[in-house]
Amino acid sequence: MKKLLISAVSALALGTGSAMAAGGGAHIPDFAFSFEGPFGTYDQQQLRRGLQVFNEVCSACHGMKFVPIRTLADPDGPEMDPAWVRGFAAGLDEITDKETGEPRARKETDMFPIRTGEGMGPDLSLMAKARAAFHGPYGTGVAQLFQGIGGPEYIHALMTHFEENPECAPDGIDGYYYNTAFANGGIPDSCKDEHGASTVPGSWIAMPPPLSEDLIEYEDGTPATVEQMAEDVSAFLMWAAEPKMMARKTMGFTAVMLLGLLTVLLYLTNKKLWAPIKGKHA
Amino acid sequence: MAGIPHDHYEPKTGAEKWLNNRLPIVGLIYDTIMIPTPKNLNWWWIWGIVLAFCLVLQIVTGIVLVMHYTPHVDLAFASVEHIMRDVNGGWAIRYIHANGASLFFFAVYIHIFRGLFYGSYKAPREITWIVGMVIYLLMMGTAFMGYVLPWGQMSFWGATVITGLFGAIPGIGPSIQAWLLGGPAVDNATLNRFFSLHYLLPFVIAAMVAIHIWAFHTTGNNNPTGVEVRRGSKAEAQKDTLPFWPYFVIKDLFALALIVTIFFAVVGFMPNYLGHPDNYIEANPLSTPAHIVPEWYFLPFYAILRAFTADVWAVILVEKLTFGIVDAKFFGVIAMFGAIIAMALAPWLDTSRVRSGQYRPMFKWWFRLLVIDFVVLMWVGAMPTEFPYDWISLIGAAYWFAYFFVILPLLGIIEKPLPVPATIEDDFNAHYGTPAE
Repeated sequence: MKKLLISAVSALALGTGSAMAAGGGAHIPDFAFSFEGPFGTYDQQQLRRGLQVFNEVCSACHGMKFVPIRTLADPDGPEMDPAWVRGFAAGLDEITDKETGEPRARKETDMFPIRTGEGMGPDLSLMAKARAAFHGPYGTGVAQLFQGIGGPEYIHALMTHFEENPECAPDGIDGYYYNTAFANGGIPDSCKDEHGASTVPGSWIAMPPPLSEDLIEYEDGTPATVEQMAEDVSAFLMWAAEPKMMARKTMGFTAVMLLGLLTVLLYLTNKKLWAPIKGKHA
Repeated sequence: MAGIPHDHYEPKTGAEKWLNNRLPIVGLIYDTIMIPTPKNLNWWWIWGIVLAFCLVLQIVTGIVLVMHYTPHVDLAFASVEHIMRDVNGGWAIRYIHANGASLFFFAVYIHIFRGLFYGSYKAPREITWIVGMVIYLLMMGTAFMGYVLPWGQMSFWGATVITGLFGAIPGIGPSIQAWLLGGPAVDNATLNRFFSLHYLLPFVIAAMVAIHIWAFHTTGNNNPTGVEVRRGSKAEAQKDTLPFWPYFVIKDLFALALIVTIFFAVVGFMPNYLGHPDNYIEANPLSTPAHIVPEWYFLPFYAILRAFTADVWAVILVEKLTFGIVDAKFFGVIAMFGAIIAMALAPWLDTSRVRSGQYRPMFKWWFRLLVIDFVVLMWVGAMPTEFPYDWISLIGAAYWFAYFFVILPLLGIIEKPLPVPATIEDDFNAHYGTPAE
């Protein structure tokens, strides 16, 4: 417990500082996704391409344990054909049946597989909501009012910001890859100034660059550039994290319209009610 | 009820008299709804209704969430995702509940600062003020425990850090901490008791709200002039007041509708803006997040907690004087709770004879500085504890205490207040003219 407390307190005292320093250095470019803004919607074709990238590339090392496979057929999402979804589920890893304890084929009512263990990456179910790209100005986060929190931007940047090791560490860190968008990784001592702060943008990540030109062949014939795949999979992961976004925006719009009308009516009622009480200025 | 003379409910029919002799509930409701209210109340007086709305909203959405939530360390996070994905409208209920907490605190801060400016805490309204402060503390406890329930990284580490504060109390601290947590560290026992208390405390708040309203219905509302309603006769009182229904109910509902419109725009279009991304990562006791930041509404007091580090001379002095019993960590905890106690003591620290800040030329400026101080503390509360933020939070914390313990007592003596209107009616007519007869 004491250890836990110490780590918590030291994280407060030190962690904030170092993370800010590193995070400040990593610049995440803003990106105009179709689903941004009050009226933005998911691009169904893009979600389907993103699903293909996730399935053929990411899912080797990343799970999505909170996303039910059946939701691939839901409205506002990739809207895959239910028959296709059943076949897709059966093609994924087997699952241990909760009742019998025996392995069986995965069904559409199950979740996407879990990936844990050596060399496996974090679960991606909520990654698009678990990362923020924008913190400014002055750490207030007010920029997020205009740019959004930036989860998909962060994922997009992480996919596309692998670079050669910087001059301060030409050999990098063994088994890690230099990425200018990744703020939370290790930094060699040769890339730190006298205060221990990083002198380079980003840090080193255990994930090798996952995308390369024409790594997959899109079913809709779109050229599979790194940029295209990064964009598509970021959009797909946003959908995975927030599948009810469209319903939410519709509710928001309806609520604002109706409540706005109610506000106007109450304003007029109030004005009329008080008119005889308030005299007129001479 | 003592206080402002006004009409009371008279049972007329036999059935009404029958009921009234056994349970005078209609009379109670009548007296509450028709309470004479100073007619010059401005728009800063609408936040009480907003707060009542928030309490109801949080209780109703909370009860629905409980139907689908599982308070267990292995299942809590997944059950929240179940609510977000599979429960009909679950995402709406949860986003309304999470953002509702923010609206609640936004409203309570304006409500508190309104009281501080217009001297609403002064005699004879000290009980209203103290009960209000108790409600505020209960709100903080409820919100803190509620934030733990989704069992994300911030839930877990926030709970670890905040309960650690109690561990800083010399001697009995570690025992208190273990008692709060139900074990040596944040775990299933912690989640279960926080869940239980998170469900209980809102009803305690509701009871305290009833007392809060009872108290100020006894003394009558304060108003922007701070001049009391004339109580010599009913006719005189009616010149200064209007019945709560319909005049203030409609006015407050208009303001509430506007605020709820904005609230639903936030829920619909940017529901995660006020949250922390790390809380979408399931709690992991083995991985400390890079930042542990409390929710925005705790930041000013969190900044005060962190302001008093071991190298501040006041901390060194106190540590020497107490032979090391009060170390920097405990000093910070005392300062944080002291900052809230300072507010609660305002009725006895303010020596001015004039109630409303409108007629206090020097006070006005110190008060504005206090509001700026609060916002600055909120900002540095989210910043790392390094230069220049450490200095800013220290200066900010020092001003907070100076305002209550030095400036408020002194101003009453050295300040020359402006003339106050003779009656509320005079003030009202000066604004709106004499009504046509």
